[in-house]
Amino acid sequence: MMTFTLFTIVLCMAFTSSGWAVHKVGFVAAITGPASFIGQPEREAALMVQEWINAAGGIKGVPIELIIVDTKGVEADAVLAAKKLIETDKVLLIIGASTTGESMAMIPICEKAETPMISMGAALSIVTPEDEMKRMEASEKPWLEVPKKQRYWIFKTTQNDADAIEKIYTYCQTKKMEKVAIMTVSTGFGVEGRKQLKRLAPKYGIEIVSDELYGPKDTDMTVQLTKIKASPAQAVINWTIGPSQIIVTKNWHDLGMRGKIPLIQSYGFGNKENIRLAGAAAEGVLAPLGLINYVEKANPKHPQRAVTLKFKTDYEKRYKKEVPSFAILAHDALMIAVDALKAVGPDKKKIRDYIENNIRNWPGVGGIFKMSPTDHTGVGMDAFEMIEVVRGEWELAK
Amino acid sequence: MTLSSQILQFFFTGLTVGSIYGMVGLGFGIIYNATTIINLAQGEFVMLGGLIMVFFTTVLKFPLYIGCPLTIVGVTVIGALFEFFAIHPLRNASLLTLVIITIAASILFRGIAMFIWGKDPYALPPFTLGGPIIIGGAVIMPQAFWVLGASMIIVIFMGLFFGKTIIGKAMSACSFNPMAASLMGINVRKMILLSFALSAGLGAVAGVVITPISLMEYDRGLMLAVKGFCAAVLGGLGIGYGAVVAGFLIGILESFTAGLVHSGFKDAVALVILLFILCLKPSGIFGSEEVDSIKKL
Repeated sequence: MMTFTLFTIVLCMAFTSSGWAVHKVGFVAAITGPASFIGQPEREAALMVQEWINAAGGIKGVPIELIIVDTKGVEADAVLAAKKLIETDKVLLIIGASTTGESMAMIPICEKAETPMISMGAALSIVTPEDEMKRMEASEKPWLEVPKKQRYWIFKTTQNDADAIEKIYTYCQTKKMEKVAIMTVSTGFGVEGRKQLKRLAPKYGIEIVSDELYGPKDTDMTVQLTKIKASPAQAVINWTIGPSQIIVTKNWHDLGMRGKIPLIQSYGFGNKENIRLAGAAAEGVLAPLGLINYVEKANPKHPQRAVTLKFKTDYEKRYKKEVPSFAILAHDALMIAVDALKAVGPDKKKIRDYIENNIRNWPGVGGIFKMSPTDHTGVGMDAFEMIEVVRGEWELAK
Repeated sequence: MTLSSQILQFFFTGLTVGSIYGMVGLGFGIIYNATTIINLAQGEFVMLGGLIMVFFTTVLKFPLYIGCPLTIVGVTVIGALFEFFAIHPLRNASLLTLVIITIAASILFRGIAMFIWGKDPYALPPFTLGGPIIIGGAVIMPQAFWVLGASMIIVIFMGLFFGKTIIGKAMSACSFNPMAASLMGINVRKMILLSFALSAGLGAVAGVVITPISLMEYDRGLMLAVKGFCAAVLGGLGIGYGAVVAGFLIGILESFTAGLVHSGFKDAVALVILLFILCLKPSGIFGSEEVDSIKKL
């Protein structure tokens, strides 16, 4: 009897997953390979959301089925994944890919097949057409430019680097810091950040008085900080991810710069582990972070509070670790897709239109999304708050 | 901050970073001295040293004086096993094949470490408590003295071992001519095993003392090995004090380039100088061409 029941269950499952009564959603991520630290948490979050939706009865009784493809961080694999999902699996939309390069490679496929794509990559050029990017860059005052058109079928859920930087510069402005030093890591993250830091400084009347670089595996950044200490800088902005942000924090502490030249880290600093690793050296370090880092202390009426708290608690319970920021991107992308599916049903064009026009004041974990025909990112500077490390905890910076 | 204290700071930083390079470089020398193999998994021994030490002291909460020897013994055993299972069965293979095996081993060690410890960095508290020491407006961390001290002790140990002991001399003999060495009654097989164990242990010491400064994660070994290898080659392969002095040289050059020219040129300048010196003196600063010509590589 038992075997029979099990058999029936398996049979039912087989039918539901291969039969017609599911909404198929493609999910492309770099689950293994060098970018797996991005793709793995994205996959985890997506699986969790899929379970939530299907446990609650799916979308009007129809379950969603995620078809997950691993790109291993390779652009050619992302192209193949998109082709397979569209042609063989006939998905309604694609979520992915994890990185900018892979997303860019998938764009022509999705556009040609008129399939909506929600990328988890960071660059503005994912959602902005090439000629529009060129127009903005060629402008006399590039720091004042915003895109006027977007790629028709493409969306993304990551905040732009530029938004976090604008948050930092706004903070500097209110603190009357007009001269800042920047130090950036020599990887893609740092190089892009450095470009934006330089581009946006004039917008806020800020002068970059020192511009230092270092490698991702450097063991000591005292030299760069010594130069900054001797410069007229009133703050130092450090744009990196990984262990170098801890080493910079320690060096900054050892050189006695606290209280004189505050250290502002990138949004990559938003992980409690960083505070633990840097220990007492982290005290007073600032960073532009999203709500998830301080949700317990946020205003109970904060529109993102409920969704963020649910995501954070469930993720931590399920995976027994702190939520990596990349997981948020997958959550928001999939929830947007689910909302669109709920409203308009399985129609690619209608899903696209819904995302562009109806995801307005939509509270996600990464921010309050305001999509529009000229903004396919939807989240901006207000997704960040300046946070300070106070006695080993995140606190809103005063 | 005055220019003089800035320059002093660049010097101190260069010294700290350079001592790390030198320490990693030392490990290359031992295996080279016994086998003329360049062990490209040397950086992974350093990484394992750091991460196993983290395991003993922060997970099992062993005090420093117990965790440290346990770590060194542990990594030494790993080094010996590596030789036993990967190098020994292929001992008749060409030198190049063996070097490629060490590359494979480095990838394997990195993979295993990623599997066990994940991709996040780990920290260790400094061995001696207390803040930075301030000299003439420049600061130096007490941990830097530990690194300096450890490399000094290892240099002296290596000098005595290869110069004064029978085992050390037997080991060097194996690198010059394993056939003649075995005819003299030296157990070449054991010597090679010992050299791998020793250099793994040395790598572990390096990992243990540098982790409080640089943190440690599964793939840090690679970059350390590149810089350590530069130091070893620059100082003359197989010469203990050579690697340490060359390590200081590279560290200080990097530091002054970053400080006085631009931080973006740091790595390039150090490598250009390495190339320049090797063009003038291919056997390294302290190496002898005569000795080099006898060895295989």
